[in-house]
Amino acid sequence: MRNVTLILDDGSRFHGKSFGYEKPVAGEVVFNTAMTGYPESLTDPSYAGQLMTLTYPLVGNYGVPPFTMEPDGLATFMESDKIYASAIIVADYSEAYSHWNAKESLAGWLKREQVPGITGVDTRQLTKVLREHGVMMGKIVFDDEPDNLPEAHYEGVNFVDQVSCKEIIRYNEGGGRKKVVLVDCGVKHNIIRCLLRRGVEVIRVPWNYDFNSLEFDGLFLANGPGDPDTCGEAVAHIRRFLAGEKVRPCMGICMGNQLLAKAAGARIYKLKYGHRSHNQPVRRIGTTQCFITSQNHGYAVDSDTLGEGWEPLFVNMNDGSNEGIRHKERPWFSAQFHPEACSGPVDTEFLFDDFVGLLK
Amino acid sequence: MTFMEDNKNKIKKVLLLGSGALKIGEAGEFDYSGSQALKALKEEGIETVLINPNIATVQTSEGVADRIYFLPVTPFFVEKVIRKERPQGILLAFGGQTALNCGVSLYKEGVLEKYGVEVLGTPVQAIIDTEDRELFVRKLDEIGVKTIKSHACENIGEARRAAADLGYPVIIRAAYALGGLGSGFCDNEDELNKLAEKAFSFSPQVLVEKSLKGWKEIEYEVVRDRYDNCITVCNMENFDPLGIHTGESIVIAPSQTLTNSEYHKLRALSIRIIRHVGIIGECNVQYAFDPNSEDYRVIEVNARLSRSSALASKATGYPLAFVAAKLGLGYGLFELKNSVTKTTSAFFEPALDYVVCKIPRWDLGKFRGVDRELGSSMKSVGEVMAIGRTFEEAIQKGLRMIGQGMHGFVENKELQIADIDSALREPTDKRIFIISKAMSQGYTVDQIHELTKIDKWFLRKLQNIKDTSNALHACKSINVVDNGLMRRAKVQGFTDFQIARAVGMEEEMDIEEASLIVRARRKAAGIVPVVKQIDTLAAEYPAQTNYLYMTYSGVADDIQYEHDKRSIVVLGSGAYRIGSSVEFDWCGVQALDTIRKEGYRSVMINYNPETVSTDYDMCDRLYFDELTFERVLDILDLESPKGVIVSTGGQIPNNLAIRLDQQRVPILGTTAKSIDNAEDREKFSAMLGRIGVDQPEWSALTSMEDVDAFIAKVGFPVLVRPSYVLSGAAMNVCSNQEELERFLKLAANVSHKHPVVISKFLQHAKEVEMDAVARDGEIIAYAISEHIEFAGVHSGDATIQFPAQKLYVETVRRIKKISGQIARELRISGPFNIQFLAKDNDIKVIECNLRASRSFPFVSKVLKINLIELATKVMLGVPVEKPHKSLFDFDYVGIKASQFSFNRLQKADPVLGVDMASTGEVGCLGDDTGSALLAAMLSVGQRIPEKNILLSTGGAKQKADMLEAARTLKEHGYTLYATGGTSRYLTENGIENNLVYWPSEQREPQALTLLHERKIDMVVNIPKDLTAGELSNGYKIRRAAVDLNIPLITNSRLASAFIQAFCHMDVNELPVKSWDEYK
Repeated sequence: MRNVTLILDDGSRFHGKSFGYEKPVAGEVVFNTAMTGYPESLTDPSYAGQLMTLTYPLVGNYGVPPFTMEPDGLATFMESDKIYASAIIVADYSEAYSHWNAKESLAGWLKREQVPGITGVDTRQLTKVLREHGVMMGKIVFDDEPDNLPEAHYEGVNFVDQVSCKEIIRYNEGGGRKKVVLVDCGVKHNIIRCLLRRGVEVIRVPWNYDFNSLEFDGLFLANGPGDPDTCGEAVAHIRRFLAGEKVRPCMGICMGNQLLAKAAGARIYKLKYGHRSHNQPVRRIGTTQCFITSQNHGYAVDSDTLGEGWEPLFVNMNDGSNEGIRHKERPWFSAQFHPEACSGPVDTEFLFDDFVGLLK
Repeated sequence: MTFMEDNKNKIKKVLLLGSGALKIGEAGEFDYSGSQALKALKEEGIETVLINPNIATVQTSEGVADRIYFLPVTPFFVEKVIRKERPQGILLAFGGQTALNCGVSLYKEGVLEKYGVEVLGTPVQAIIDTEDRELFVRKLDEIGVKTIKSHACENIGEARRAAADLGYPVIIRAAYALGGLGSGFCDNEDELNKLAEKAFSFSPQVLVEKSLKGWKEIEYEVVRDRYDNCITVCNMENFDPLGIHTGESIVIAPSQTLTNSEYHKLRALSIRIIRHVGIIGECNVQYAFDPNSEDYRVIEVNARLSRSSALASKATGYPLAFVAAKLGLGYGLFELKNSVTKTTSAFFEPALDYVVCKIPRWDLGKFRGVDRELGSSMKSVGEVMAIGRTFEEAIQKGLRMIGQGMHGFVENKELQIADIDSALREPTDKRIFIISKAMSQGYTVDQIHELTKIDKWFLRKLQNIKDTSNALHACKSINVVDNGLMRRAKVQGFTDFQIARAVGMEEEMDIEEASLIVRARRKAAGIVPVVKQIDTLAAEYPAQTNYLYMTYSGVADDIQYEHDKRSIVVLGSGAYRIGSSVEFDWCGVQALDTIRKEGYRSVMINYNPETVSTDYDMCDRLYFDELTFERVLDILDLESPKGVIVSTGGQIPNNLAIRLDQQRVPILGTTAKSIDNAEDREKFSAMLGRIGVDQPEWSALTSMEDVDAFIAKVGFPVLVRPSYVLSGAAMNVCSNQEELERFLKLAANVSHKHPVVISKFLQHAKEVEMDAVARDGEIIAYAISEHIEFAGVHSGDATIQFPAQKLYVETVRRIKKISGQIARELRISGPFNIQFLAKDNDIKVIECNLRASRSFPFVSKVLKINLIELATKVMLGVPVEKPHKSLFDFDYVGIKASQFSFNRLQKADPVLGVDMASTGEVGCLGDDTGSALLAAMLSVGQRIPEKNILLSTGGAKQKADMLEAARTLKEHGYTLYATGGTSRYLTENGIENNLVYWPSEQREPQALTLLHERKIDMVVNIPKDLTAGELSNGYKIRRAAVDLNIPLITNSRLASAFIQAFCHMDVNELPVKSWDEYK
C-alpha cells in the first residue's frame, strides 16, 4: 500500500496508506461517527465533493453488497447509482471481509469506482481538529508524488445541481392512488423506497424544476449536499407552492427542511459543531416523545426567524438546534434528520406514514 | 403534576436487594449495578436500605446505603426487613437473578402488597413474562417476533418426547435458573436423560429446544422510560457462535460483522420487544442470528441489569444502572444528562471510536476432575475488558489481562494438544490458544472456521497477528526489525515481551532485560502509545472525560498532563478469579476515596468491567488498561505521579513492585525491598530465624535427593508450593512418595524463576489471621481472626470468625508480639496480613503478605475501622491517629463464610483443600457466634434440613469430631443415615442411625438412591485424607449432592458448628439488625 498524507487547509497533516483508487484528491473533509453503513454513506449524494472520515476505526468488515438495480431503477442495497463521496478516510481498513451478501471488498469497490480510500489515520484526532475548526478543505497526496497536488472547491459550488436528476423520473406510474412530487436535491433511494412502500406514485423532478406546473397530491423535498443558499430556484418554487390556492401536504428532509424553512422566511446558519452521526437525540416540541435519529448536516434553521404561521417541530436535545419545522395550520412539515435512515436508526420512519396519511 | 413529582413525594425510603456472595454466573457486576443505583437514589434524597450479605462489596460500605443488612437475600429475611423498615419502594433489578427471584416470590406471596411496597421500574408481571419461557414465547408471538420454540416439560418422559419431535441436537434449560444453570446440549437420548435429571433438580420445569449451533450470537442493551422513549445503548457480538453461553464467550462491542441493515433490524426489534413487554429501566435482548441470511431468533430477554449491562456500561461510558434507577423513580430519559459529557442528553446512543473485547477468566485448573468443555452453562469466574483501536490490539490486550500466564495471542508457551481438530471442535477454556497453535501448524482460516464456526472475519484478524509474529520471527534479531514492522506489531497489540521473544532475544539474555531493550529501541524511534478518551460520542462534541485507554493507533494524546506531582496512581486487581475478587476492588475504591479526600488526584489502572473501581466516577482519572509492567510504565511515563500504590490490588500489583522500583517508580508505603523480603521464602525465613520466630519446617527444592532427605526428617504429609502465588495456585498436600513425585513434576513447570518449596504439613492446628496496618514499622491497627476449620483448608475457603472466639489469651498475646516484630523488621508502612498456625500455645508463621488481604473489608466492617483508609493515609504520609484501644473490643461477632460454585463445575470434586475453590464469600454479624454463623451459612446457600441427614464422617479423628454434632441432631429429632464405618461408629456410641451402602457396594439401601429420590436434606461427607482421591465413593456422593442441589458440608469442624447453631437456635429468632445496630 502506498503512503499518503492528508493535508488540511490549516496545515495539519495526517499520514496513512492508500487502499482505494490511487489518485490524489481534494475536497471538504467531514466526519461521521456512525458505526455501520459505509456502503450507504458512500452512495449518499449528500457527501458529494466531500472526503468522508469515519470515526469508527474498523471499516470494511462486511465487504460490499452487489450493486444491483431493481426494475424500478432503484439500487437494491445502495442509496444511489454510484459513490458520491470523493474519498473515504478510516483508521483500520479490514482487508478481509466476511458476509453472506458481500460481493466484493470495499477496496475493490473503491478502485472500480475510482474513489480513493486511506487507512491508518488517527481519525479521532482528525475529527477533533475538524470539530474545533469546522469542516475544512483537505487534500490526499501520495507521498511518492509530492508535486501532484489536487485542487477542488467546495464553498459556493452548487453540488445539488451536480447530483440531482436531469429529467423527470416516474416511479410506480399509474400504480398509486396519490401522486407525490419529489424535488431531487440529491435524494437517497431509501426516501423513494419509503414512499413507494406506502403505495404512492413518485414523480422525481430535478432540483430546479418548477413542479407547480404538474398535477400532484403532495410535495416531498429531499436531502442533498452543500449549502442551501445555492438553491434559490428551488426555494422560489416552494414559495409558490406554499402560496398557491390549493393546499397540499408537504414534507421535507434535511436539505428539504432547510429549503422549506427558507421558503417560510427563516434564516439558515452554519453550526459550530455539525451533526454527523447516527445517535442524534431529538424531541418533538411540547411532548415527551424523543427519537434517536441519523443526521449529516452542518447547517441549521434558525427557529427564531421562522415566518408567521410556522413553528419548530423538533429540537435537538444536545445543542438545542432546530430539527424540523411545521406550519401551525397547514399540512406542511419537515425534519432536519433522516427518517428514511439508511444508514442509521429507523425510529422516525413513521413520518412517512404521517405524510402519506395527509394526502387526500 | 407529573408522575415524577408524584413519586418523589411518596417514595422516601427504598429497599434494594443485592445479589449475595459472588458465584459463577452472578459476580461483581451486581456490586457495580447496586452501587450505581444507590448513588442515583441518594442524589434524590431518598433513604436507602440494602440487603446484601456480601460484606466485601463496595455497596455495603459506609455512606453508600443508609442502612445495610448483612442477611440472606431470601423472601424469609427480606420480609422481616420490610416489616421493620417499611420502605415505600423496592428495586429488584440490581441484584441479579437472586434479587429478581426473591422479588418475584415476595410479589407472588403478597408480601409486597401487604406492606404497601411498590416495585420501582419494570413491573413484576413483565419480569415474570420474560422469565417463564412459555409466557415469554407467547408474549413475543403476539407481536410476531421469532423465538426459539421450546417445549416445556414437567417430567423426563415429556422431555424425551419433545426432543424426539424436534430432532437432536437439542438444548435443555431449567426454567428460572441463574445464567444457564442446569442446562446443556444433548446429541442423543442418553445425554438428554442425564441432563434432564439434573435440570429437574433445579427447577420443576425443564425446556427442550432445537439447537441453533453455529448461528451468531448478538446482544442489545435496551433502555425504556415511562414515556415510552427507547434507546439501545450498545450492541455486542459474540466471537464464539451460539452454543457457548454468552458469559463463556469472547464478546466484541460493537458488533463487527453486521451490516447496517442487520444492525438496525435487530435494534428495532429490541425496541419493539421492550415496549411490548413493558420494561421500565434496562433490559438485555439476546439474539441468535443466521450467518447466511437475516433470519434471527430471540434467545432471551433479561429484565434486569446483567453481566452484559455492566459490560455495556463500561464499554460505552453509559451508566446503565444509574439511569435505570432514575427511570424507576419516574424520570424520563430526556430529563437526565449524559454523565460523561455532563451537557448532552442521556437520551442518546453512544458512538464508539474504539473496539472492546471481553474475555472470560476461567479457573478450571483448580478443580480436579472438572469438565473443561464449554457449553450453554457458565463456568468462568470473572472477565476482563480490553479496549483498542484495532481488533488485534484489543484481543491481545485481553488475552494478557485474563492473567493465565499468556502474553497475547502469540509468543506463548507451547500448548500440548493431542488432537487439534477435536480441540477446535469442542471448545474449552483454551480454545483461542488452540486456534493460535492450529495457525502455527498451517491450518487455514477456512479449516478453522469449519471446525469452530467462528466467523471468518475474526479468524482473519487473528491470522494478521500470526503473520506479524512470523515476520518478527524471520528477523532473528531486534536490530533487523524496522520501524514499520515495529509499529505494525505495536498497533496489533504486541508487547515488548512478545517482540523480544519473537526475535529470539531470550536465547541471549533474561527476557525482562530483553523487553527493556525493545522498549528503549521503540521509544527512541518515537513508537509510543497515546492516551485516548472514551467520550460516548466519538469526538463529535467536546467532552471533559476522565475515562481513558491507551493505544498505538493514534498520533496524539487526548489529555494534557499537569505534571504537578499531585497524582497518586492505584493499581487495581484485574480479573476476578478464585482468590482475588471483589474484596480487592473494595480496597482499591477505599484507597481512591482517601486519596481524593486528602486532596490528591486519584488515578486508577484496572480492566475488570465488573468492578466499581473501573467506574469513572470513582477517581479523577481511570485508565481502563493492562496491569502489565510495560503498560503501567507507559502510563507512569505520562502521569509522572507523586507515587504509586501497589498494596491494595492483591497479588498482581504486588508482583510488579520490584520491577517498578528498579525503574525508579516511587512506590508508596512499604518498600519494594521489604515486599521482596516477605515474598521470597529464603529471605523471609532467614529473617524469622534472626528474630526468633518459628515457622513450619520447609526446604527449597533443588533436587530429588534433597527432597527425600528433607522428608526423611519431617515425614509426610508435606505441603508443596512454588513462591509468588496467590490462593494456592499449584499448591498441594502430598501424603506419600508417589503423590509427591507426581506433583513436583507439575509444580516445577509452574515457575522457573522462583524455587518450589516443600514444608511440613501440620494437622489439627488452628489457623489464625492477623490483618493490620503499620506505620514505619509500628502497628497502628489490627484485627485477629480465627478459622473455624483446622489448617488444611485454604484461608480463602475457611469460615472465619472475628474477633477470634476460642483462642487462648496467651496465643493472642504471642501473635501480637510476633506481628509487631515482623512489622518492625520489614519497616511496614501500609496494610499487611500474616497467617499463623496455633497448636496449644505453639505459634508458627505460615506466610506474610505486605499488602491488603482478602479479609480486609470483612474485618474493617466488623471492626468499623476502615483499615484501608488508615493504610492509605499512612502511605500518603498524612498524620494518622492510632485508633483507641477500646475500639478493638466489642460485643458482637462477625462470621465470614465461603460460597462455592461446584454446581456449575460439572464433575469437579466438591471437596476443600489447600487450593482455594470458593468463588465468593459473605460476612454476617450476630450477637454470638451461633447466630452469625447461621445467617452466614444460610447466605451461602445452606438450608436448615427438614428431617434426613446423610453422614460419612471420614477418618477416626473426624468421626470423633462429629460425634457430639450427630448426637445433637438425633436429640433434635433428625433421622440419620450413615455409611458403613460411620454407621458402626455411631452405633457403638449409642446413636441410632440407618446404615446405607456406598456406591461401590451396589446394595440397597444405597446412598445414591436416597439422594436421587430426594430423601436426604443435607449431606455431611468428610474425605478420609487431604489428598483428593480418584473417583471414589465419597466423590460420587459429594457430586450427587451438588448435582441434585442438596446442601453439602465436607469439613467436620464446620459441620459441627453449623449443626450446633441450627439445633440450638430457631431461625425465626435470628435478630434482624442492621450494621449500625451492632454497637
